Amino acid sequence: MSSHGENSYYIPHGSYWPIFMSVSLTTLLVGFSLLLNEVPVGQIMMFVGLAMTLFFMFQWFRTVVLESEHGTYNEQVDLSFRWGMFWFIFSEVMFFAAFFGALYYARILSVPWIGGAGSELTTNTQLWAGFESMWPTNGPAELGGDYKIMGAWGLPAINTALLLTSGVTLTIAHHGLLENHRKPLIWGLVATILLGVLFMACQALEYYEAYAHLNLKLSTGVYGSTFFMLTGFHGMHVTIGAIMLTVILFRVLRGHFTPEQHFGFEAVAWYWHFVDVVWLGLFIFVYWL
Amino acid sequence: MSTATVDDHHDEHPGFFKRWITTTNHKDIGTLYLLFSLLMFFVGGAMAMVIRAELYIPGLQWVEPGFFNSMTTMHALIMIFGAVMPAFTGLANWLIPMMVGGCDMALPRLNNWSFWILPFAFTMLLSTLFMPGGAPAGGWTMYPPLVLQTGNAFPFVIFSIHLMGISSIMGSINVVATILNMRAPGMTLLKMPLFVWTWLITAYLLIATMPVLAGAVTMLLTDKYFATSFFSAAGGGDPVMFQHIFWFFGHPEVYILILPAFGIVSHIIPTFARKPLFGYSSMVYATASIAFLSFIVWAHHMFTVGMPLVGELFFMFSTMLIAVPTGVKVFNWIATMWRGSMTFETPMLFAVGFVIMFTLGGFSGLMLAIAPADFQYHDTYFVVAHFHYVLVPGAVFAIMAAGYFWLPKWTGHMYNETLGKWHFWLSTIFVNLTFFPMHFVGLAGMPRRIPDYSLQFTEFNTMASIGSFGFGLSQLLFAFIVFQTIRGGKKATDQVWEGAEGLEWTLPSPPPAHTFDVPPVIK
Ligand code: HEM
Ligand SMILES: [Cu+2]
Repeated sequence: MSSHGENSYYIPHGSYWPIFMSVSLTTLLVGFSLLLNEVPVGQIMMFVGLAMTLFFMFQWFRTVVLESEHGTYNEQVDLSFRWGMFWFIFSEVMFFAAFFGALYYARILSVPWIGGAGSELTTNTQLWAGFESMWPTNGPAELGGDYKIMGAWGLPAINTALLLTSGVTLTIAHHGLLENHRKPLIWGLVATILLGVLFMACQALEYYEAYAHLNLKLSTGVYGSTFFMLTGFHGMHVTIGAIMLTVILFRVLRGHFTPEQHFGFEAVAWYWHFVDVVWLGLFIFVYWL
Repeated sequence: MSTATVDDHHDEHPGFFKRWITTTNHKDIGTLYLLFSLLMFFVGGAMAMVIRAELYIPGLQWVEPGFFNSMTTMHALIMIFGAVMPAFTGLANWLIPMMVGGCDMALPRLNNWSFWILPFAFTMLLSTLFMPGGAPAGGWTMYPPLVLQTGNAFPFVIFSIHLMGISSIMGSINVVATILNMRAPGMTLLKMPLFVWTWLITAYLLIATMPVLAGAVTMLLTDKYFATSFFSAAGGGDPVMFQHIFWFFGHPEVYILILPAFGIVSHIIPTFARKPLFGYSSMVYATASIAFLSFIVWAHHMFTVGMPLVGELFFMFSTMLIAVPTGVKVFNWIATMWRGSMTFETPMLFAVGFVIMFTLGGFSGLMLAIAPADFQYHDTYFVVAHFHYVLVPGAVFAIMAAGYFWLPKWTGHMYNETLGKWHFWLSTIFVNLTFFPMHFVGLAGMPRRIPDYSLQFTEFNTMASIGSFGFGLSQLLFAFIVFQTIRGGKKATDQVWEGAEGLEWTLPSPPPAHTFDVPPVIK
């Protein structure tokens, strides 16, 4: 609404990005479904859908970034974005909470019950005789066969150090931005991205170790399920976070963001810290205890 | 043109498809949501007709048992996620910006996306009807291991639920951002209309629980296709774990389906009683406590599954506690009507019907909350009667009341009052004929989700089936009235109702596309 003057709330005109996103996502998901049903076109469709999704996401964000750089957004719009990002991260927290809940339930309740704890003695004697409750476990049927557990103090500890350091470097970058010092801003971002990439590399190595040498797989009972689903979704979030940080780095190099207005930077920073905190939860409850 | 239209001439006038596909206007998006919801209401309703036709008399008549189970499953999924939730979101879109004096929703493009996910999600879901192995038939609650026997439909169902979840979460983020950030100066939190308040809390519930549902169905997917064992005891998991995760979402979900209805009724009753709402702030606090309690009662759906005794007791008492804030609300509505100068236009009829029949559903809920009694009632038609009382003459009646109440504002035309009253009375008679007998067969032990039943249940089932056909047909009248009102009718005034109060009634009927570009000042 150009004529409303400087301080009016920006309502974008009609946009095709949302409908394109829906078409792309649907292509991706229908493709994946067909793949799971072993229909040959599924795989191609899935990758086409994925490419489309990424492309249109890029375009959509590009539009928003350009609008932002043209000064279309006033402070109130900025605040809407902040609330939006905050509640989005909250929804992500709840998504992880479901999987942490599953881990907790298995460790504290279902595995001991199968082992006959509480009033479940007959569960053990009648259904799963001989099973002794312990953690980690691949269950009374010993799904996936003998396996070794993933210790906390090897790669995972290194990963913890990497992510915690990346939180610090990101904060350094943020301070650089606030005080208009470009050097700490740029190098802080570069360091954060590198630490993130290093983390993913270690995680990949850890998965390789687990599959190749420990016989620890997604199919290794409830331990394997919770281990890989939690760390897997977390790794996915680190990947997304690293991509977002890279975009932010490029924007910084192009001279985007000012000490006053830099919602994009802060949103990604919040996201990165959220991923950090999830990792601490993982390190404590999945690897350590 | 009114003062509220600041510069309509600046707007493009795109063609039909471009307008509705690319719109970022909260009123257009609200309309899309509401029409989509009406469509889904009839799709889901048709499935209910199949169910009731099969249950008209004992024995197997019309459909295969497997297809019958698909019908109960799909009916529930479509009514919950396709009819009631989008209807509330449509109302939120139309009303919240006008009620708080904002110019639009806070994130308009995202708003468009939230809607335009839905047609795709439901096409995916409905397409499963034509797949090898049929549509999902394990119930809307999707308990494993049964649901893992679904055929090719399985991943489609899971992913359509993911899409619906994305839509709900994005829509709710928008609602929260709008309420927190788009209020006109002077519109403090405790001056907000109750529909806005109830939606704020509903949105919070949605953002907190939809991701949990997403997690639960993701685990189902990996259990079926990627050899995980979340819900398999052989691997150390537990099928009951699914029920816990599901109902951690599921119980707040039922409040998602009713809180906005509370808000609607809290607007309509004061208007037609011509008195301010009794106990505004207690309404706000009651809504908030219901939302809080809804997170700690989930296992009342699982009394018979085998829980430690402390669990049974905890969930029994926490569930009963919810009756307290709910009772506060019912009391306030009645106190609002007390000594009011009441008239009974169609919205008021639906609202009063809501108060009475929702309360009936609340009472059967209390009976179900008693764990030892629930051992008898669980998985019987008594439960079906309970949730249909809270959902049909509860949530659905409130949505229809809202339709009659605000349609004149939206379209600029009055609906046909005579037909509206007919619609109310037909709906009320038939809804009770349908669902009241279900209490009796339920208490006598008729199980739910079974296509056949013992002979002694015949009369009540036949009554219920006749009632349901009557109810279904009466809704055609509703669709007729709505479209008639959109196309024409007596001109509505700006205030529409003599006793109406609130910012939306200060705008012209129909309001121009952009309203409150300059925020009003609230005293
Ligand atoms: C006073 C308030 C309420 C109480 C005490 C209550 C209690 C219960 C209980 C104990 C059950 C489980 C019965 C069983 O499966 O054996 C139940 C089921 C159900 N309730 Fe309520 N309820 C209340 C309000 C509501 C509201 C407001 C709604 C929705 C608008 C609702 C929707 C449902 C649904 C959909 C089910 C069945 C779910 C299923 O198994 O498919 N209830 N309720
Ligand atoms: Cu419940």
